[in-house]
Amino acid sequence: MKSVVLILSIFGLLGSFSAQAGYEVGEVVNDFSLKNIDGNQVSLSDYGDAKGVIVVFTCNHCPYAKLYEDRIIELHKTYSAQGYPVIAINPNDPEKVPEDSYENMKKRAKKKGYPFVYLFDDTQNVAKDFGATRTPHVFLLEKAKVKYKVAYIGAIDNNPQSAESADQFYVSDAIASLDSDQPVKVTNTKAVGCTIKWK
Amino acid sequence: MLGSSEQTRVIHIPMFKTSLCSLLIVFLLSVVSSSFGQVKVLSFEEFERQHLNAEGDTLFVINFWATWCRPCVAELPYFLEAEEEFSSDEFKLLLVSLDFKTDLDLKVKPFLEKKGIGSEVVLLDDLDYNSWIDKVSEEWSGAIPATLFLNPEKGIYIFKEGEYEKEILLNQIRQLL
Repeated sequence: MKSVVLILSIFGLLGSFSAQAGYEVGEVVNDFSLKNIDGNQVSLSDYGDAKGVIVVFTCNHCPYAKLYEDRIIELHKTYSAQGYPVIAINPNDPEKVPEDSYENMKKRAKKKGYPFVYLFDDTQNVAKDFGATRTPHVFLLEKAKVKYKVAYIGAIDNNPQSAESADQFYVSDAIASLDSDQPVKVTNTKAVGCTIKWK
Repeated sequence: MLGSSEQTRVIHIPMFKTSLCSLLIVFLLSVVSSSFGQVKVLSFEEFERQHLNAEGDTLFVINFWATWCRPCVAELPYFLEAEEEFSSDEFKLLLVSLDFKTDLDLKVKPFLEKKGIGSEVVLLDDLDYNSWIDKVSEEWSGAIPATLFLNPEKGIYIFKEGEYEKEILLNQIRQLL
């Protein structure tokens, strides 16, 4: 009995480690289903017609998420027509940051006129599966037959303070590569951001 | 001739002492004011040369924070307590603000003043994060707070992303001293 417990706990540990590590570029992404701000459940598998999806872990309160908010809106406006819509996901625990509650997500989306879905990861399992660590944190997914796999992980561009001052556009460049069947040149970038507020 | 030069010396020595004294006072005042009001703005290269590549048998605790980052602000008092508790020969705290340079006078300096923080603070002015985050640590995703424990002579280079609780931080430092 003891050994069973031991084995289970080892598997438990391994499970938690692998969950923390998250997806790497090239890996296939599991389907997920989360509640949108309109009350409807949205799944990755709903995006059957898309060529890819720009998954952005973001939130209401983080100053860096706010700085990128207009750029995320622009990404969706530019790329959803080309087959790459944005799926925004708030993974923060509202107990820790009340500003990131589901009700406040609705308010924020309405105020800014989000053209994309804004989903609430209330169990934080999706953020853990992805290995998201901060907001904003982008995972560009490309359609691989039926499933989606990760094509790029990181920042939107290389200047949080001002979109005009950025001179590297990681997400746009990656989409351009995918769209022309070229390998994505920069597949991982790092950026300062707010920690995800875990439960 | 000899007498007059001796006389000159007698007259000049106290004057010299006075000017030395006032110089010392000016110097001390500038040291005190700089420790409270001054925040050096560093490029990554300067930060790397001056701090990441520092030498000696001292535990350098380098905390990456920003005025806008709530968990950073929440854990700052623990770092200040550590600075009080441990001697300055074996322990040195550096607070690295990742606020924008344009917020230095608007946010960072007023924040430090309000909190009465006299620790060494630098502002790391390089927004092209992807170009340098890995040079601090490959374990760092970029989220803050983040802390680096560094003792060049003992070969200690420990990085942690995330917020510290008070006792865990103090124990970590005790272990490394």
